[in-house]
This record gives sequence, structure tokens and C-alpha cells, in this order.
Amino acid sequence: MQKPHGGKLINRCIQKKEPIDTKGLPKIEIKKESAEDIENIANGVFSPLQGFLCNNDLNSVLKEKRLQDDTPWTIPIILDVDKQEKKQIKEGETAILTNQETGIIAKIDIEDIYTFDKKNLAEAVYGTTDINHPGVFNVYQMRDILIGGKILLIKTQPTEFDKYNLTPKETRILFKEKGWREIVAFQTRNPPHLGHEYVQKTALTFVDGIFINPIIGKKKPGDFKDEVILAAYETLIKHYYLRERAVMSILRTSMKYAGPREAIHHAIMRKNFGCTHFIIGRDHAGVGNYYGPYDAHNIFSEFPDLGIVPIFFRSFFRCKKCNGIVNEKTCPHDTKYHINFSGKKIRELLRNGKIPPEDMMRKEVAETILKFEKPFVE
Amino acid sequence: MKKETDDKKYTTISIPTPLAEKIKKRIEGTGFTSLSSYVTYVLREVLSGIEEEEREEAFSKEDEEKVKERLRALGYLD
Repeated sequence: MQKPHGGKLINRCIQKKEPIDTKGLPKIEIKKESAEDIENIANGVFSPLQGFLCNNDLNSVLKEKRLQDDTPWTIPIILDVDKQEKKQIKEGETAILTNQETGIIAKIDIEDIYTFDKKNLAEAVYGTTDINHPGVFNVYQMRDILIGGKILLIKTQPTEFDKYNLTPKETRILFKEKGWREIVAFQTRNPPHLGHEYVQKTALTFVDGIFINPIIGKKKPGDFKDEVILAAYETLIKHYYLRERAVMSILRTSMKYAGPREAIHHAIMRKNFGCTHFIIGRDHAGVGNYYGPYDAHNIFSEFPDLGIVPIFFRSFFRCKKCNGIVNEKTCPHDTKYHINFSGKKIRELLRNGKIPPEDMMRKEVAETILKFEKPFVE
Repeated sequence: MKKETDDKKYTTISIPTPLAEKIKKRIEGTGFTSLSSYVTYVLREVLSGIEEEEREEAFSKEDEEKVKERLRALGYLD
């Protein structure tokens, strides 16, 4: 079985037998995204993290793309508080993390309270300080003080997609039961078109099973709704995959749009789910023109010790001459014969209630999407 | 998660001079900017390989049964 990142699958969920005494403890109000981080720490998705980063780990992540102990780690998992909240807390003490919607979520043993340079963080993680970058924008929106320390999850946030919500422990047992030794993970935030299917099936040819792992969380207007993505994949798997070779479950986290650094982070999370391989396409986790199309491939050469095998794919397209799906490594023909799988075009057709051509998207998948009255985030 | 006071520390390791010369030649024209960065890369790779060979602790039988029950209820297992 694949080893978790850092060697051990972290479990920071409260055991039923443990008494929960939160009386008198200071409370810190956290955002939904931080609550998702807490669950991912607690369930081992972010192994080896046991809590939010302290200052020295954060500095090491920004400068070295590694934790202080040399474990590869590229995205800061940090918790911000405001000045008022800071007055109530002290290093060495425990605080309660709450959210307006769900109430008490977790406890944190505060090891470090510190300030951070937002510009420096943005530059290191996103390679830009441009406020138009959505990740940078979020950094500038953060409160000024960070706290670090181990957490203990008290209450899980409810999700409407519980059926698809598996923890790393569950996926690991599932893969073992299925007899899969080598598993390739596919990260997605869109319904599948034929280009995606081709990439997935090409990778699947070389391993025992595929783990389709859509990211569910905060989205931009115009994006497909989470339930639409899941329904579209259900349909694709039902009609075009061997049931014993494909598994889908969700990952509840927000996209950071950090391009190459986020590609490493995505690979680490899938390693913790028990996957041995991870598919990286063109401009993985990119946004706008902030990253080169294959920056997210190149960064992997910095991590010989990542412990998960990246499978790099160039963009696939349809070639009229080849009469099939190809890419620049496999097709010798002129670009005039090429038809790209344009997500934008597919979206436009679906928005107008039209089924995209069958050489772009499976009819069954398109019909599933069109069953939704409003498939897009407004 | 441990809070420490110093930034990342580096240490010096001795290797035979002829080996160092050989490595210097090998890394010419590659992405490695120094002997140290190459040696760090190789050691990380070697250590990671050794660690992967070590077996991970299995889940307890009771834990595993509970999980399998949920997986069956959700339709992931028959």
C-alpha cells in the first residue's frame, strides 16, 4: 500500500470516548475554507500536517517548498485571526475554532502567534503580487495575524455530497479490497469531455484503477455547479468505464490557482488517499496567463522524494487526418486538421441548451448536464 | 508543526575530492547550480526509495470492518 506523505496517516479527529470540555476557552471565528482545511488535516488528507503552520514552517514552505523537517510541502496551510481575537489568546493555551453556520468545529493548541508579509507570501506561492490573481486577492483579504498549532476536529461540517465523501483511510481500504496496487488519480473541476476521458483511459491502461477526485468547494460565477460535475461523471462512469476499475469521490477544498506549487499539493493529497500516480495536464491549477503551460510539469523535477509518480500529458485534440484523438507528440499533421476540446465552446453550447457535438462530449454526459435547470454558478 | 527559533540549517559533509570533481563534471549544463544541490537531490531520492520499501502499519481489523460496512452501504463495495 502507498505510504502516506511523511510516513504516517494523520488522524486528528476526536474519539467518542474523549470528553469535550470547551467551557471558558476563547473562541475564534473561522471561514468555511479554514473549516475545510481542519477536516483535511484531521482526516489525513494533509498528512503529515497535524495543525496550522507555525512561523518557521511557513517560512520554510515559502523559501524551500518544504516543511522544516525537509518534507515536500508547497501550499501554506495557515489560520488567520484579527487583532481583537489575538487579545484573547496566548501561546501555550487552547482555543476553540467556530463557524457561524456549524458552531464549534475544533480545538487548537496554540504554539505560535505571528504576523506575516502578505506580499512576500503572494510572490512566493503565486509568483505574482497582482491583486487580479484570485489567489493573491484572497491573501490580501486575510486578517493580519496567524496562529499555528495542532488541531483536534470536534464536529464535521455537513455536506450534501456525503455519498461521495471518502477519507484517505476509507479510500485506502477500498483500494485494498479492490485488489488495486497501482492507482492513478485524476483531479478535476469540470464535467468530462472526450479529451479528459482520453487522458484518464490512457493513464488507466498502465495501472490497476483510476481515482476520479473532483474538487468541491468555492467556485467562480460561470463555473459548473458541484452537483452537475458529479452527475456528469456518474453518467460517464456508468456508460463508459468498467465499474471495477474506476472510483469517484470528492475532495472538499478550495482551488488556490497557484499553478505549479498547487500541482505538487494536489499530488500530495492524492498520495495520502493511497494513489501511486497522478495526472498532470496542461496549465494544471493555472488561471489567466500567470503560469507557463507546462510549469506544473517542470516543478516535479525539484522533488525526487515526493513519493507519487506524476504522469504528464500534453493537450489532446482531435485530428481529422489521424481520425482520432492525438497530441503534439503523436500527431504529425498540420494544425489546420486539429480540433481542440474547447471547454469554453462546450460551456457556451450547454448554456444555450444545446448538446455539444459527439466528438467533443459524450451525448449521455451532455444530456445529464442539461437535465439541470441551472447548471452554472450564478 | 514544531515551533523552532532558527531558519533551516545546513551542515557540511565530506566526500572524496575525486568524487566531487566527477559530480561537478556531471552537473555541467544541467539545472543543478552546485555540488550541494546535486548531492541533496540524490540523497533525497535514495532515502525516499528506502522509506517506500518499508511497510506501512495496517489498520486494525475492527476499523477496517467498520469502513468496509460504510463502503458497502455507499455502493463502493459489493
